[in-house]
Amino acid sequence: MSEILAELRGVSRSYQKGKEKVEVLHELDMDIPVGDFVAIMGPSGSGKTTLLNMLGGLDRPTSGTVKVGGAELSSMSNNQLSNWRSTHVGFVFQFYNLLPVLTAQKNVELPLLLTNFSAKERAERAAIALDIVGLADRARHRPAELSGGQEQRVAIARAIVSDPTLLLCDEPTGDLDRETADEILKLLQVLNSEHGKTIVMVTHDAQAAEYAKRTLHVDKGQLESRAAA
Amino acid sequence: MRFLNQIVAVTRLNILNLPQRIATSVVAIVGVTAVVLVFAAVLSMAKGFERTLTAAGSDDVAIVLRSGATSEMMSGFSHEQTQQIANLPGVRRDGDRPVSSAELFVIVDVPKIKTGKDANVPFRGVDASAFGVRDDVRIVDGRMFETGKNELIVGRGAQLEFAGLETGATVRFGRVDWEVVGAFTAGGSVSESEIWTDTPVLQDAYRRGASYQSVRVRLDSPESFAAFSDALASDPRFDVDVYTERDWYASQAEATAGFIRLLGYPVTFLMAIGAVFGALNSMYASVSSRGTEIATLRALGFGPVAVLVSTIIESTLLALVGGLVGGALAFVVFNGFRVSTLGSSFSQVVFDFAVTPDLLTQGIVVALIIGFVGGFLPALRAARLPVAQALREL
Repeated sequence: MSEILAELRGVSRSYQKGKEKVEVLHELDMDIPVGDFVAIMGPSGSGKTTLLNMLGGLDRPTSGTVKVGGAELSSMSNNQLSNWRSTHVGFVFQFYNLLPVLTAQKNVELPLLLTNFSAKERAERAAIALDIVGLADRARHRPAELSGGQEQRVAIARAIVSDPTLLLCDEPTGDLDRETADEILKLLQVLNSEHGKTIVMVTHDAQAAEYAKRTLHVDKGQLESRAAA
Repeated sequence: MRFLNQIVAVTRLNILNLPQRIATSVVAIVGVTAVVLVFAAVLSMAKGFERTLTAAGSDDVAIVLRSGATSEMMSGFSHEQTQQIANLPGVRRDGDRPVSSAELFVIVDVPKIKTGKDANVPFRGVDASAFGVRDDVRIVDGRMFETGKNELIVGRGAQLEFAGLETGATVRFGRVDWEVVGAFTAGGSVSESEIWTDTPVLQDAYRRGASYQSVRVRLDSPESFAAFSDALASDPRFDVDVYTERDWYASQAEATAGFIRLLGYPVTFLMAIGAVFGALNSMYASVSSRGTEIATLRALGFGPVAVLVSTIIESTLLALVGGLVGGALAFVVFNGFRVSTLGSSFSQVVFDFAVTPDLLTQGIVVALIIGFVGGFLPALRAARLPVAQALREL
């Protein structure tokens, strides 16, 4: 049996919207083994992104527990969660979220500012990450000088530069054309199969989900599991 | 080290982003500039006034006035008393003669060059030894007046501020015409606001008989003041107050300088409140426009305290720029700006605004306080930003 990296037990998350209480996740259980590449699909408002945020320590459950790599996230303070995120998780966002005033190299170096690496070591590691995503020759370009696919590659390089065990991707191809999306998804597959990254990817796109090892469907805050095609 | 790295990195990003929020940033900077400009300008007036009055203040010169007199105008001595005072212990002697000056002080109306309106100008009768009881007094134009003649010399400050006092001019004060025969400087002190003539001539022109209003003596040393003061206090012939020149000018400066400060600090405070709102507005706009960026950094692992500190640093840096610009403007526009105002003897004192290093430092401190206060609440908002929610607001 594979080692479990992330474990959610009885996770519920509700919000107060005016006088109404909206429950986004309802007593959800989920296990993500080390080395998994799982796609999470579901209609809008089903709780996909909230689930991803729980795994990344960006949100806290109203009830239940979230454990990742043995760490109980729901009991951590904000500062502890920040520290934990900096070493254990890499995020890839739909709109890349690169900082427009920084070059690709400096964007990728950002997470390394949270480590004790020297400036030289940071530059070397960022260069390696950019090389992995095939953008070594774009290191000095700013985001505005890159295509959407290239921007997402830089974002992926930023996500892997501190060598986290878990990559959380929120609609990583949602803003890309089919061809570019396929390239990004293949890159994620490589990171999963060759670099051992555990990947959780939220997507609306069934074709994108086919790149994952398995797909989980979320609906009304609850989970339904089935094997990937 | 990691924490410092975070602060430096986020602060750098904030500053790199400034061009995208140039309008609100400029508003904040201009607000702080205005505060520091007004602060430095108003207080430089007090500073200049004080500096002028205390420039000549010496510890080895004593001024004697009638008891209870708070200005020379309210004092009075007979000729005999001035001689007795001059011969007390502690007074320096030049051969057989004490170094002292019995002086008479009247006020004359002279129009200001700038406005043409009459102002009260001190007209002082002095002994020949007046130069001996004042430091740095020098004739810089023309010559010294001759005793017994209707001649006068004019302080450089008065000459630049009031009309008709050029060397060679004739002016009418009281019942007689006076010839301006020279101009003098006095180390930038209050004496430069005055007109001087021979005491007996002035007494005659203003029908003052043989009366005097003050006696200045040069002491053997600053330590001799106690002996001189004790001699005056223990002698039943005198009912006087005695001051060192430094203390006298300091007390004369305090009322006017204090009044200027009384105006300056509240005005600065009120303007600072306005500038804080400007900074608040700028920083709230900054945090709002960078919500996604801040959320991204927080998602990457940057801590809330780093975001808070860097936002305050940004606000403080903007305020610092405003402070430096305001200070520089104040220095360029106001430092050395010459004006005159009514001193404690109901006469005009000519002085220069003095934008001094300590005033500029105070201005910068005011700017930094504005920056800190204006940045704190927006920084708190930035640090408390709900990351998951902000990441969705693209």
